[in-house]
Amino acid sequence: MSAREATLAAIRQNRPAGDHPLPVVPRFTPLVGDDLVEEFGERLKRMGGRVSGGPDPLAGVRERLDAATVIASAVPEVAGNRDLSAVQRPQEVDDVDVAVVRAVFGVAETGSVLFTEGELVVNAVAYLAQHLIVLLDPADILPNIQAAYLRPEFGRSAYAVLHTGPSATADIEGVLIHGAQGVRSLTVVLLPRQA
Amino acid sequence: MSAEDVRPTDGEPTIHPEVRPPSDEGERGQDGRRLQHAEAASRPIAAPKVREKQPRGAKIRGDRPIDQAEAAERFLAAPLHQAAHDERLWDLRKKRDTAAHGIPEWEELREIASSIKAHTLSNLDRYLEQFEAAAKANGVHVHWAADGADHNRIVLGILRDHGAKTLVKSKSMLTEECGFRHHMAANGIEIIETDLGERIQQLDNEEPSHIVAPAVHKTRMDVAEVFARTLGTDPENDDAHYLAESQRETTRPYILNADAGMTGCNFAIAETGTVVTCTNEGNADLSGNVPKLQIHSIGIEKLIPRIEHLGVFIRLLSRSALGSPITQYTSHFRGPRAGTEMHMVLVDNGRSARLGMEEFWTSLKCIRCGACMNTCPVYRRSGGLSYGATYSGPIGLIIDPTFNKRKYSTLPFSSTMNGSCTNVCPVKINIHEQIFAWRKVLAEEHQIPLLKQGMMKAAGAVLSRPAAYRAAIGTADSALKVLPRFAVYNPLNTWGKKREMPETPKQSFHAWYKQNRMGKEAGK
Repeated sequence: MSAREATLAAIRQNRPAGDHPLPVVPRFTPLVGDDLVEEFGERLKRMGGRVSGGPDPLAGVRERLDAATVIASAVPEVAGNRDLSAVQRPQEVDDVDVAVVRAVFGVAETGSVLFTEGELVVNAVAYLAQHLIVLLDPADILPNIQAAYLRPEFGRSAYAVLHTGPSATADIEGVLIHGAQGVRSLTVVLLPRQA
Repeated sequence: MSAEDVRPTDGEPTIHPEVRPPSDEGERGQDGRRLQHAEAASRPIAAPKVREKQPRGAKIRGDRPIDQAEAAERFLAAPLHQAAHDERLWDLRKKRDTAAHGIPEWEELREIASSIKAHTLSNLDRYLEQFEAAAKANGVHVHWAADGADHNRIVLGILRDHGAKTLVKSKSMLTEECGFRHHMAANGIEIIETDLGERIQQLDNEEPSHIVAPAVHKTRMDVAEVFARTLGTDPENDDAHYLAESQRETTRPYILNADAGMTGCNFAIAETGTVVTCTNEGNADLSGNVPKLQIHSIGIEKLIPRIEHLGVFIRLLSRSALGSPITQYTSHFRGPRAGTEMHMVLVDNGRSARLGMEEFWTSLKCIRCGACMNTCPVYRRSGGLSYGATYSGPIGLIIDPTFNKRKYSTLPFSSTMNGSCTNVCPVKINIHEQIFAWRKVLAEEHQIPLLKQGMMKAAGAVLSRPAAYRAAIGTADSALKVLPRFAVYNPLNTWGKKREMPETPKQSFHAWYKQNRMGKEAGK
């Protein structure tokens, strides 16, 4: 008998007694207030992320972009000098200083942003770059995680990922360190999508 | 941006301009506040600058019963390590309470999560077939492994098919359970752990001591010693930033050049064939997105029916583990990237058999958050390695004997039966009741060594120790109602020996009691 058949047979043989129906998950009231942009920003900052808003939201990341040698931009709003669509192997983006991508949506409850392979173009750039700049349309902020998991992206993307702040570790004596393996900083720029 | 947030420029030289100097430890947020996300401690826990040899774990002697008490003894004999360990984990437990209390529906979420798991486990055959079909439709190669050896053989086969010699992996308790790393090393495959804590443990030839924070039992000086010996860092520099950055810089080339990448799995979604991983470092995403070949090892109990159920489990996992609302990265791997290959290995390794154990099958609901370990007074004072098993702490006590009844026969006695583990469990596993049930099973099967049998007479000794007695009846209030006296008192003597109840348990009791009472009220 193959391992597959053996495992399935054992499961059928050992099925726990009793009735265990699948519960219906109620729609919980979001824990955030009505100002989703404010709530999102506050929670993202607590998770180590940065937020740039106001009338010229890109001003908050200008310094970061000016200091960068290699910029990989997947958005029309920011000019880069590394064409992600021309990348053959993910290892090629190891020298990227700043990557700029647009989030599918944000989540106010946690301060998270979602990307799929469509937004990232090269998935690895969101981790191999030193810094990540994320454009997020304030209209794309969902109230909570429960609402996020009702979105269709999870069922149709090969890769979908929620980022909540930068790469972090506190594996040494609880000392919080950003840039454990992935990006050292994550800044969300609140910029509406271009019409 | 506040003045506090501006990094000092005249400080010590750092190895990367982005790395914080030792004089300003701990990341700050955009508004200058100290941050506490991920596994961060809420205040510095730095062990004093005194060299204290790191206590090592239990002595493994084949199948002979692990002497957890002996290893715990040695851990307690290293007061700096013991104190830092205790404080660090208790801090995580307190943060978990704060996070849980911040959600009015917390108890309802636990109940729903527990029911979803019960439902999935009692229909696991159907959900595994659904998962397999969905994954195959996504272009994924699906494999089934009967046990750990089978898993290792399958993965080795995949690697050999691709001529792969190096593999970067992110933290996975399942692969620890399978002895994967050791097996691969013996077959000429180089395995590089990419989680910082796990990498520290790998370089020091130790197993992970905690399922979420693998190196939590080490001080920064221990890490400095390990890195100096293995990575060539400055042995005198025990700055956590320097050490973490050194690890980042030395691991990056492995990530870029690895032939294959591997991750474990926090949740596997039956309807979509998705593997979900939750990490803070982003190392699972590097392992899954850089090499051309990616492998995901999945314990069959990780299945949940639908994506929407993540809306329950993701809300519980990191809050229970760390007190954070979510991990930095929640990653959903569903199909291969263009031009790459993706494999998923469904591993049984005793799980289908455990399903048939009437008193113990619900232990399969575990989502590996570590909350039961953080709250356990025995675990916090003895260290995860004292258990001599892949899974330590309360959840380990009820899982380990299913792997080897003789070797782990003593572990269910490493508990005070205070029930705190059950109270914090996000999927409501009745951990302390199962610990007691294991004692009965092991006694009936004569697996309890003479050493422990002698303890049966020890109740009198405990009762003559007022401090220990008060602590026992205080924390064990609920357990005392349902358990015979010997079961409650006997183990206390084992691990209570030479261990007067210090300040922390009192504090922990009050916090536990408050939480427990509140939980009960919320449940009404």
